[in-house]
Amino acid sequence: MSAKTLYDKLWDAHLVREEEDGTALIYIDRQLLHEVTSPQAFEGLRLAGRKPWRIDTNLATPDHNVPTTDLTGGVASIKDPVSRIQVETLGMNAREFGITEFAMGDIRQGIVHVVGPEEGATLPGMTVVCGDSHTATHGALGALAHGIGTSEVEHVLATQCLIQKKMKNMLIRVEGQLQKGVTPKDVVLAIIGEIGTAGGNGHAIEFGGQVFRDMSIEGRLTVCNMAIEAGARVGLVAVDEKTVEYVQDRPYAPKGDDWDMAVTAWMDLKSDDGAFFDTVVEVDGSTIEPQVTWGTSPEMVVDVNGCVPDPAKEADSVKAEGIQRALDYMGLKANTPMTEIPAEYVFIGSCTNSRIEDFRAAAQVLKGRKISSSVELALAVPGSGLVKQQAEKEGLDKIFIEAGFEWRNPGCSMCLAMNADKLPAGKHCASTSNRNFEGRQGAGGRTHLVSPEMAAAAAVAGHFVDVRDYL
Amino acid sequence: MDKIIKMTALVAPMDRANVDTDAIIPKQFLKSIKRTGFGPNLFDEWRYEDVGQPDSDNSSRPLRKEFVLNQSRYQGAKILLARENFGCGSSREHAPWALKDYGFDVVIAPSFADIFFNNCFKNGIMPLVLDESIVDQLFQEVFAQEGYSLTVDLEKQEMVKPNGDVIPFEMDAFRRHCLLNGLDDIGLTLAHQNEIKAYEAKRKQEAPWLFASLEHN
Repeated sequence: MSAKTLYDKLWDAHLVREEEDGTALIYIDRQLLHEVTSPQAFEGLRLAGRKPWRIDTNLATPDHNVPTTDLTGGVASIKDPVSRIQVETLGMNAREFGITEFAMGDIRQGIVHVVGPEEGATLPGMTVVCGDSHTATHGALGALAHGIGTSEVEHVLATQCLIQKKMKNMLIRVEGQLQKGVTPKDVVLAIIGEIGTAGGNGHAIEFGGQVFRDMSIEGRLTVCNMAIEAGARVGLVAVDEKTVEYVQDRPYAPKGDDWDMAVTAWMDLKSDDGAFFDTVVEVDGSTIEPQVTWGTSPEMVVDVNGCVPDPAKEADSVKAEGIQRALDYMGLKANTPMTEIPAEYVFIGSCTNSRIEDFRAAAQVLKGRKISSSVELALAVPGSGLVKQQAEKEGLDKIFIEAGFEWRNPGCSMCLAMNADKLPAGKHCASTSNRNFEGRQGAGGRTHLVSPEMAAAAAVAGHFVDVRDYL
Repeated sequence: MDKIIKMTALVAPMDRANVDTDAIIPKQFLKSIKRTGFGPNLFDEWRYEDVGQPDSDNSSRPLRKEFVLNQSRYQGAKILLARENFGCGSSREHAPWALKDYGFDVVIAPSFADIFFNNCFKNGIMPLVLDESIVDQLFQEVFAQEGYSLTVDLEKQEMVKPNGDVIPFEMDAFRRHCLLNGLDDIGLTLAHQNEIKAYEAKRKQEAPWLFASLEHN
């Protein structure tokens, strides 16, 4: 048998049928649902009189619209009526169709991409989908995970399958050892800076090499989360002992004989020696510096000790115009050192960086320090009720609060500002989220993507700084 | 879904790369639980001076006059000419819903983001990939000639310029077939339900843990 990549193996194991032109039906093991991209899918099922194919493999939780302040009123605590209806609609659909939901007020509620792995609802070797592009996250566990549109959410509900064409294989190999203070977030931002936001289009990316082998599972989740920011719907890391250890004993992880059988199967979830990749990108991990984005696309990123680029130095006119437009939006001048840009808002959260290790890392920087008086608002938003609970058990909440942060309830929050947490127009934000698009965190808001440690350091300094000076 | 076979329509140019789905339809409009009504908020932040809300009366909002879709010469356009990596970012299907609701049936670009590209087909929008040099040329011609229209013929897989020049394009056979016939994917897939059931039966033997119910917890 010829050597296969991890993606090839996952694809082959889920192939139901394939047409001559390569159009295939692949079987979906798990669907995660949230309130924003599911209502029209359920409505579609109802209109067509269709029943879900396998209801007990769907898991729902509201996250995008959930307030991060007082939740004691449950859904009724959502002040915006349109947001409230959307969250209520998810609840009604879950009840009508019999889907397990972690509703507001349930300690397990949180951002779908934090909840899935945390609950063991995402397992190695599964196909996982969600109407959310950051579903790529789950590939960190060796699962084939795609973001899909609402029509496909409906399609998976109705058939447990997706119509797909096989993607190409891309290997991003990062060898060497990361410098102190350089995090998984910096690694993935540096990769996006290298290959661009369209670099992975049409590909499933496998992240390989020493840096990812050394990385914790939570770090791998951060990296795979941003595969979509490099254009790839799928990010993957091979299964190893860390993966197995992470999954073991989680609520939905297999137990007993099933567990033993599963672990045996999972150990094969890696690319074979000599497997063919259509594209290979090599990065020297030891040269990666802490990263900060300056513009309105994740590829607009530089080392923290670098400067805002100069469009006059760009030969390609479409690119130069793009740089100029981003500078105008961000209110930045070419050649400004990144460390001179203020951080008026700070957001630590999102499906990229809201797991327990992220809060531990940021707390290391904040311990015994205060945020700058020039910071208008600093938010710490755990990814789930369980992350919040764990952080509080470790006393991390106190460190954040004493430093001057607001310690909030779980949800997507200011990553995309569908709830009340919005970045005001013209304000610069050090954000651990994944997208610095125009208006993403609030109309006119100016996002700079960084790691949790870098966000914490920027909060203390009041402007972007090299976190290594704070460790 | 509407069938798309052949159409002639005005072209509007969106001359910037990496247009993301947050720009196509900003997040506050994603709170709707319907598939329709997104057209007035297509490109909302670029199109209007103020910040729109789901309950805004869009007809009375101040327009950014310079924005391409606000220019009189592009009113009624059904074909959007775009740059590379159009539709990147979020998977929100609200993006193609907004484009379709506004009136666009075709988007032409040198490349598209994967999820957006897929979502277009589910909503009767043709995303056409053409060489960057051809797209460049089309931009020049659209800017130069008011009322510039293209004829898009999905059956023949070709576009015809106002001067009669023909530009062939490629499209995946299955997707083309679905667009031409206005087919419903779910119906097509359910025609193979015996194969899906056979797959499940076999898979249950190999990997029983994948069939554990999430309810019992």
